[in-house]
Amino acid sequence: MDAHYPPELIVDLQAKAKEFRREILKMITTAGSGHPGGSLSVIDILTALYFHVLRHDPKNPAWPDRDRLFLSKGHASAAIYVCLAYAGYFPKEWLASFRKLGSPLQGHTHLPLAGIEMEGGSLGQGLSVANGSALAARLDGKNHRIFCVMGDGEIDEGAVWEASMAAAHFKLDSVTAILDANTAQQTGYTKDVMNSEPKADKWKAFGWTVYEIDGHNFEQLLWALEPERVVTGKPTFIVARTMKGKGVSFMEGVIDFHGKALTQEELKRALEELA
Amino acid sequence: MPEMIATRDAYGKALLQLGRENPNIVVLDADLSNSTKTELFGKEFPNRFFNVGIAEQNLLATASGLAKEGKIAFASSFACFMSRGWEHARMTIALANRNVKVVTTHSGITVGEDGASAQMNEDIAIWRALPNMTVIVPADAVETEKAVRAAAALEGPVYIRLGRAKVPVVLDAGYDFQIGRAKVMREGTDVAIIACGLMVAHSLEAAKLLEERGISAAVINMATVKPLDVETLVQWAEKTGAIVTAEEHSIIGGLGGAVAESLAENLPTPMERVGVEDCFGESGTPDELLQKYGLTPVHVAEAAEEVLTRKTA
Repeated sequence: MDAHYPPELIVDLQAKAKEFRREILKMITTAGSGHPGGSLSVIDILTALYFHVLRHDPKNPAWPDRDRLFLSKGHASAAIYVCLAYAGYFPKEWLASFRKLGSPLQGHTHLPLAGIEMEGGSLGQGLSVANGSALAARLDGKNHRIFCVMGDGEIDEGAVWEASMAAAHFKLDSVTAILDANTAQQTGYTKDVMNSEPKADKWKAFGWTVYEIDGHNFEQLLWALEPERVVTGKPTFIVARTMKGKGVSFMEGVIDFHGKALTQEELKRALEELA
Repeated sequence: MPEMIATRDAYGKALLQLGRENPNIVVLDADLSNSTKTELFGKEFPNRFFNVGIAEQNLLATASGLAKEGKIAFASSFACFMSRGWEHARMTIALANRNVKVVTTHSGITVGEDGASAQMNEDIAIWRALPNMTVIVPADAVETEKAVRAAAALEGPVYIRLGRAKVPVVLDAGYDFQIGRAKVMREGTDVAIIACGLMVAHSLEAAKLLEERGISAAVINMATVKPLDVETLVQWAEKTGAIVTAEEHSIIGGLGGAVAESLAENLPTPMERVGVEDCFGESGTPDELLQKYGLTPVHVAEAAEEVLTRKTA
C-alpha cells in the first residue's frame, strides 16, 4: 500500500492513543470491572476513526449527515467512551463514573449517550443494525459512511454472516466493517476456541472488498479507511490484525485481561509503561 | 354466517394502504412475504421493501437500523421463526426503544398440517416479557387493520400476533380500537370470558351455549395483552366473580398468565385458563386441532361451568 501521511499527523494520533490507553485502564480499575484487553486492542482503530476519518460533529451528535460508527463489540465501551470524551461529546469528568449506578457510561454502550449509535453487549448484532442504517441512508439519498467495528470472537455468531451476506446482496458500499482481530476471546485464543481463519478469504467470498492490515499501524489504518478503498457496489471489510492488551507488556496476548480490571498495583505498572 | 377473513390478508392490505399514505413506512420480511402478505407492499414499493432471506435475527436488527434513522419499520415472519430473533429484538428494538412493529403470522395451532414446529404457542409469553413492548392479538380482520394503523401511529416497539387461517369477523367496521383498551363484546353476570384472537369468536359461541344452560356469560376482547386493560378486567371480575381466559396459545405465560397476575394482585377471583396445555401441537386440519387441543366453543363453555363450581358466594 502506498501511504503518505504527514508525520505530525501520525505522531499526534499515536500520542492520543497512548493517552487513551492510560485513561481506559484508569477508568476500568476505578470501576473495578470491565474489559481492558479488548479495549486496548481496538483503541488505535477508534482513534483513527474519531480523530481523522469520521465526518462528525461532537457538538451535534444527531447531525443527520454524520458518518455513523457502530461499536458492535460493545464490551470495548471504555475505549469508545474515552474517544467520545476527548472528541468533546461529553465531559471527561464522566469517565470516572464508568459502570456506576446512574452513570450515562453504562458497562456496555447504552443509548442515548451522545455519540453512541447502538446498544452494545450482545455480540453479532451491530452489522445488521449498520446495514439497516445504510439502507435508510440510501432511501434518503444520503452519502455519509457507516462503520461497524467487530471482534474476532464476535464473528463466531451466525448472525454476523447473515448480515455479511446481506450487505453484499444489497450492495451496501457505504458500509465499512473493521475487525479487531486480536486473536483472543474470553476463554482462549480464537484459533483454539473456534477457528475463523482464513478470515480475509471468507469475507471476500461473501462479496466484500477486503483489506488486511496491522491494526496498530496508523498509516495502514488511515490508508484502509480512505473512501478511495471502497469499490462501488461492494461493502468494505478491514481485517485489522491487533493484539489483546496492546501497549502494556504484561497484558499483551493475555487471555485473562479480557474481562478483568487491573489491580491498583498492576495499574501503577501499566501507567509507568505508558508514560 | 359471519364473514371469514384471514388476519394476515387484512394485514397485507392495511400495510399497503399505510405505505401509500406514509413514505416513512418500510417493510422487512424473511423469505415468507407471499405467506405473511407483506408482498402486497413489496410489489408496489419495492425500494422500501427488504427481503433478507431466511435470517430472522438479521431481519429484526436491520429493522432496528432503519427505525433508528426515522423509518417506521414493519418486520414480518411466522411467529415461530421470528422468535429465533427474540434476543436481537430484546437488544436492538426493546432496549433501544426503536419504532419497529414486529408482526407475525401463522401463530397458534390453526397453522394446521405443517405440524408442531410451525405451531407457535409460546410467543405471547416471550414477547410480553420485554420491557417497552406493546403486545396486540387482534380478534379478526377488522381489528387487525385498526391495530396495524394504531401500531404505526404509536412511537415504540410493538408485537402483533396474527394467524394463518380464515377466521370469523366479529367486530364492526366502525369499531373504535384503542391500544390498551379491552372491548366488551357481550355483557353477562355469572362469568366473564377474557379472550384474544380467534378465541374471541369461540367465546361468543360459548356464551350462546351457556345461555341455553341458563348461564349468563360476558365476553371481553382483550386484544392488547400488554399493557393489559386491568381496569376493565377487575371491573368484570367484580361484576361476575368468575373468570375464564381463552387464547390460541399455551396456558403458560400468555393472556391467561397476564390476567392471573393482575387478578391475583387486585381482586383474587376463581379463574380457569383455556389454551394449549403446555404441550406441542401436531399435523392435522385446523378444526381437528382445535378439537383435540381444547380450543373450541364447547371447551370454553366447559371451562366456564368448571370455574362456576369454584365461585365463592
